[in-house]
Amino acid sequence: MRAVSAETKGEHMSGVESGAESGAETARPVEAIDWNRIEDDVDLAVWDRLTGNFWLPEKVPLSNDLPSWQTLTPDEQELTNRVFAGLTLLDTIQGTVGAVSLIGDALTPHEAAVYTNIAFMESVHAKSYSSIFSTLCSTPQIDEAFAWARANQRLQRKAAIVLERYNGTDPLAKKVASTLLESFLFYSGFYLPLHWSSRAKLTNTADIIRLIIRDEAVHGYYIGYKFQRGLALGAAARREELQDLTYDLLLELYDNEVAYTRDLYEPVGLTDDVTRFLRYNANKALMNLGFEALFPADETAVNPAILSALSPGADENHDFFSGSGSSYVIGRIVPTEDDDWAF
Amino acid sequence: MAGQEALTSAPLAGGLRFANAGGGATGRPPVSRAGEALGIVYYSSASLNTHRFVAKLGWPAERIPPPASGRQLVVSGPYVLIVPTYGGGHDSAAVPRPVIGFLNHEPNRAWLRGVIASGNTNFGTAYGLAGDIVAAKCQVPCLAKFELMGTPCDVRRVRDGLTEWWTNQ
Repeated sequence: MRAVSAETKGEHMSGVESGAESGAETARPVEAIDWNRIEDDVDLAVWDRLTGNFWLPEKVPLSNDLPSWQTLTPDEQELTNRVFAGLTLLDTIQGTVGAVSLIGDALTPHEAAVYTNIAFMESVHAKSYSSIFSTLCSTPQIDEAFAWARANQRLQRKAAIVLERYNGTDPLAKKVASTLLESFLFYSGFYLPLHWSSRAKLTNTADIIRLIIRDEAVHGYYIGYKFQRGLALGAAARREELQDLTYDLLLELYDNEVAYTRDLYEPVGLTDDVTRFLRYNANKALMNLGFEALFPADETAVNPAILSALSPGADENHDFFSGSGSSYVIGRIVPTEDDDWAF
Repeated sequence: MAGQEALTSAPLAGGLRFANAGGGATGRPPVSRAGEALGIVYYSSASLNTHRFVAKLGWPAERIPPPASGRQLVVSGPYVLIVPTYGGGHDSAAVPRPVIGFLNHEPNRAWLRGVIASGNTNFGTAYGLAGDIVAAKCQVPCLAKFELMGTPCDVRRVRDGLTEWWTNQ
């Protein structure tokens, strides 16, 4: 493992560390977090966004999904349970190891606080799958899903690859792994509830998944942004090293993800559709880290039904350029305050 | 709202390089039948996503300055606005405040010909919402949307689309 580079050491916590080592006389005082003295405005903006987006699964009427759950075949139910057990595992890792592992490397006390929010919300996500299980499934079904998660080698390998980075000492490599988890690794699982939702099945469950997907967008954006801030402080050689590390790690995870997808979705014939969704989100994970997309457009064309399920009730996608140019639809009006728009 | 406002005054992440920037504005922008070159005006926060997209587009572009700079950008020719969507799913905060301030200046509004918005489909119906809002407020078309810093395909789509559209104006 490489040594922690100076540019990314958690400076604001150094007082605490030196206090432990060199005694109280020479120690800098432990700093209390001051939210009225912001060093990076993005910390406050993201804190406000995350707290504004806070939700709990108890607010979603999951039991309304029971009738449509009964329309799924036993195989489809089993697939759904396994997908959710896999997602639970990722959320467990991110909530109790991943986001927590970033705290010590934070460059500002507010960044550290944002990670505590992210960690807690990942635990809410993990618990929300248990709400879905307890609403829809029998205990033997739930036990089967968790046993499957324990035994599936692709899922365990996915966890192991990420955990190796989280337990390492390179703060920026940790952020790469974390962003790939938030913005890429979840999507083999998210696909299925969006698929059911596009067929008017498990629509309340899909409401929960969309709330999770919204949270993960902010998490991936923020951790990717902090990665770029750390990168900007380093030398050009370090940037090249981390760019190589990012693409290598993405491809290692992608290969495993395709195999994981095949394990789950081959029996229902959805593997190709899911892997397109994977590549589309892999590109977005790279962009969150400030790197160019890897997969070309013709390999990332997501099934329109899945994109529609992400955005229920939205109008059809009007592409001005490919249309006649005269038939564009003015967007829906959103109330804004007069102060904002003084014309 | 305070948080959104604060985003704009964050210093740029120094030292970032852009893979396809090509030295900035090397390309020639499309010209209309009336002989007017199409300008690009954009806003980009500390994440630099929109800045990267505009750099890849490769046409001359003006960046709306953050409020902390005390400067006001005033345009004097037709242009397309490229704007990121803020708010993380909260509609009322979708258009960045500096963009609203820029458009509140009448001459800037008069030269606006179209808007392009970035966003993230993870936000569902709020994806690229800033483009829809500006289009409705200013009665111009929302020409395109793209995600984050845009893929190479997005850059081609916007460059080709703007060229065909503007050269026929």
